[in-house]
Amino acid sequence: MNKVIIVDSECANLNSIYKAVTAAGLTADITDEPDKITGADAIIFPGVGSYKHAMRVLEQKQLVDPLMTTIKKGIPFLGICLGMQLLCSCSEENHAQGSTERIQGLNAVKGLVTRFNNELPVPHVGWNQVQPAVGHPLFYGLGNSSYFYFTHSYYVTPDSDENILARTSYGINFTSAIIRNNLLGVQFHPEKSGPAGLRLLSNFGKIIAGKEH
Amino acid sequence: MLAKRIIPCLDVRDGRVVKGTRFINLRDAGDPVERARYYDQEGADEIVFLDITASVEKRRAIIDVVSKTASVVFIPLTVGGGIDNVQFMQELLQSGADKVSLNTAALSNPELINHGAERFGSQCIVVAIDARCKNHAAEGLRSWEVYSHGGRQPTGREVISWAQEVERLGAGEILLTSMDADGTLNGYDNELLAAVTSTVNIPVIASGGAGKLEHLYDAFTKGQAHAVLAASILHFGTFSIADIKQYLSSKGLPVRPVDGIKDYDLREEF
Repeated sequence: MNKVIIVDSECANLNSIYKAVTAAGLTADITDEPDKITGADAIIFPGVGSYKHAMRVLEQKQLVDPLMTTIKKGIPFLGICLGMQLLCSCSEENHAQGSTERIQGLNAVKGLVTRFNNELPVPHVGWNQVQPAVGHPLFYGLGNSSYFYFTHSYYVTPDSDENILARTSYGINFTSAIIRNNLLGVQFHPEKSGPAGLRLLSNFGKIIAGKEH
Repeated sequence: MLAKRIIPCLDVRDGRVVKGTRFINLRDAGDPVERARYYDQEGADEIVFLDITASVEKRRAIIDVVSKTASVVFIPLTVGGGIDNVQFMQELLQSGADKVSLNTAALSNPELINHGAERFGSQCIVVAIDARCKNHAAEGLRSWEVYSHGGRQPTGREVISWAQEVERLGAGEILLTSMDADGTLNGYDNELLAAVTSTVNIPVIASGGAGKLEHLYDAFTKGQAHAVLAASILHFGTFSIADIKQYLSSKGLPVRPVDGIKDYDLREEF
């Protein structure tokens, strides 16, 4: 099976992702080497924490161009949590003083990342239901309302509904998975979503192997 | 719907679980990895390890426990107990913990919350608050004091203002233990819970006092908790996680179903 490259963006949960991906039957390598990313057959792009910090890390490690190259090539690509958000155009970060700042993302999917702003607690933490908007091999075997584990304060709103792969309800109906051809992103953490999460990762493995029929 | 979370808490000393009697079917019920796996398969939504190791030298044992657990259990894992610096947080997170729970060290150095949240994100930082009531209902409005050092030292801090401060400093969740209710099996302190959940806008995990199924329901409804931590009722076999979820679900609360958790067969072809 083709090896999946897990991009080391210095986030805390890299090893958890590696362990879950391995348990789901994929073979994986963690790397921050631009050449290995450029030459990858498939990418998992994780991320937790702040948008600004993550973009800075990608720039410092000179990973922006390699990531864009792989996205343009159209290889199977899965962004997880902040990794999904970084694929979008930009994020509006709220600061304690009440000001907002726009931070540019990778702009592979046109859309804005904003903070939850309703009466419910933020971060949105826990197991919530994911409803696929379209049939897609990533969700094969998972029904139309499986629970996945979320922990995030910001969410993605794609400009076009065509990029919405799944939705989840938390005060509002937000986009919990995005798609653009082989570029996929999930807001939840498949690596922490028990058997459902492993199934999703295994589905991604089948997409990589071209056996998604 | 966001599910109400049921979280077993395992006390770990020198790398071994110290509580539990009902695990005759486990090869080694004192092994934290086996116990975490057991609760995962029972439908636990997360696992908390509370490291009560006394000596600083032996504290690294928990890293190995976390690493082994994260290789076989794919639900969120929180570690608390004796975490007093960012370096140790990083080691725990890198070994597979998803969150760290800060308590005494956050009280003596509140900036630790801030530093952890900035470095790893708020979603990694839980602040545990041990609360004891300062007066009785008969005396009017109740208020609670924060205790440190595993509940041994009063800090003079008021629980509500400390909860607000930890939210401001970047905590992603609060783990709120009522020292008055803990061990009584008489129910969570829902007044304390409601006082905190109505003041902060981050999720609050209720801890201390569960003895009956309705206690968990009350914590979610009267106390407005977002999750409940349970120890004795699970470890001594009073209820299983399936019992709890079935009960809550029958009362109309959303839970992640236990049924079907094992149904996804990874080898299945499409």
